[in-house]
Amino acid sequence: MVGQRKTCWLELENVTLRRQGRAILQDIRFRLDDTGIVIVMGPNGAGKTTLLRAIHGLERIRSGTIRWCDDDHADSLRQAFVFQSPVLMRRSVVDCIAYPLRLDGVARGPARKAAQAAAHEVGLTVDLEKPVRVLSGGEKQKMALARALIRAPKVLFLDEPCANLDGRATKEIEETLCRVRDTGTRIIMSTHDIGQARRLAGTVLFLHDGRLVEHAEGTAFFTAPKTREAQTYLTGGLLL
Amino acid sequence: MNDILLGLAQAAELIVTLNGDLVEITALSLSVSLTAAIIATIIGLPMGAWLAINRFPARRFVIALLNALMGLPPVVVGLIVYVLFSRSGPFGVLGLLFTPTVMVIAQVIIITPIVASVAHQAIRELWADYHDLLISLRASKAQRIGTLLWDGRRALMTASLAGFGRAIGEVGAIMIVGGNIDHATRVLTTAIALETGKGEFAMALALGFVLIGLAIVVNLSIHILSRTERSARW
Repeated sequence: MVGQRKTCWLELENVTLRRQGRAILQDIRFRLDDTGIVIVMGPNGAGKTTLLRAIHGLERIRSGTIRWCDDDHADSLRQAFVFQSPVLMRRSVVDCIAYPLRLDGVARGPARKAAQAAAHEVGLTVDLEKPVRVLSGGEKQKMALARALIRAPKVLFLDEPCANLDGRATKEIEETLCRVRDTGTRIIMSTHDIGQARRLAGTVLFLHDGRLVEHAEGTAFFTAPKTREAQTYLTGGLLL
Repeated sequence: MNDILLGLAQAAELIVTLNGDLVEITALSLSVSLTAAIIATIIGLPMGAWLAINRFPARRFVIALLNALMGLPPVVVGLIVYVLFSRSGPFGVLGLLFTPTVMVIAQVIIITPIVASVAHQAIRELWADYHDLLISLRASKAQRIGTLLWDGRRALMTASLAGFGRAIGEVGAIMIVGGNIDHATRVLTTAIALETGKGEFAMALALGFVLIGLAIVVNLSIHILSRTERSARW
């Protein structure tokens, strides 16, 4: 028990979030001790995106507590978020990626150099001087990932980063995520893709109707889900 | 119809011969309107951006007021500025009445709401796109405004040009505060009004064509300098 407490990095206690009278998240309670990628799963409207946004501070919770167990993770400047639809700034690819460093006061030259390295790290091999809007879907998502990684975050949130991407682009992003995870960065990612969740999950948080219905270690979740909702979801049934 | 043709011919002659009066009037028109447009841009763009990203109780009222001020009657603005800067007014001691400076002040009052309102519309749409990213990156308010102004610069140029367009074509306010004094405060629009009053329609039309040409040249120059409408660029 003492050992577990030492490795805890995030704890949620009875987190509830309401929007226009409707509960989007209800009494969410979990504690993350593991080092692997945390996968948030569930059907549409389960609250996956809202949970990620609430933990990152983009949504205000109505009640409960979100507690980071060490200051390094709690520092919002050491967190990064990759949105499902990448935010495309009206700039070149390299300037888009360099943007967080420019906010930190890094001069344009060094920031662009770091951006080139970040683009290389995520396998973005396009002409970096192109406007970001002309990139393909996979390239846009890689640009967003490079932008998120350029500050070397301690915690990385990804909201369905591979939605609508083909197999090759998905594989490249997954490989990048595994490399980032191996450097010690905590990753919390939502996905609809059961195959992707199987490949990446260290821990699974399964949500349904704004409630956390199952919290399990990845392999255990996929081999022997404990709840009826998770069983139905994993076997391709309809969760109504 | 004859007057229009005569006006065109006279305009061509005035330009080709570089008529001294025309050059002087045109230079003053440009300097007053460009100065007013630049000042209104410096005030209006950050104001529009600030309104777009901030939430406060009277926000809707302020936006509605700003939009309403876009239609400020220039004659009323001219009258108010005249009273403020006349000898008995609070700023009379400055002795600015009937000078180009007070003409700039009147035009700034007229066009700042236009620049701010158009900027607000453009920035509001950009803010909707950038909101989550900028909050996630913990950009400060000043950084958010700076980013939105920079990334929205093409649309914001339209705001500034709209302000310039209104200023260069304005006559009511600058007639009152400037007085249309020859070799001092006479600009193209007030000269047109004067020539029309004298029944010199051809001359008035000639000046009108010069005014239209000037507005087109300024707009084109700014577009060329800022390299808009080029493919694959923002």
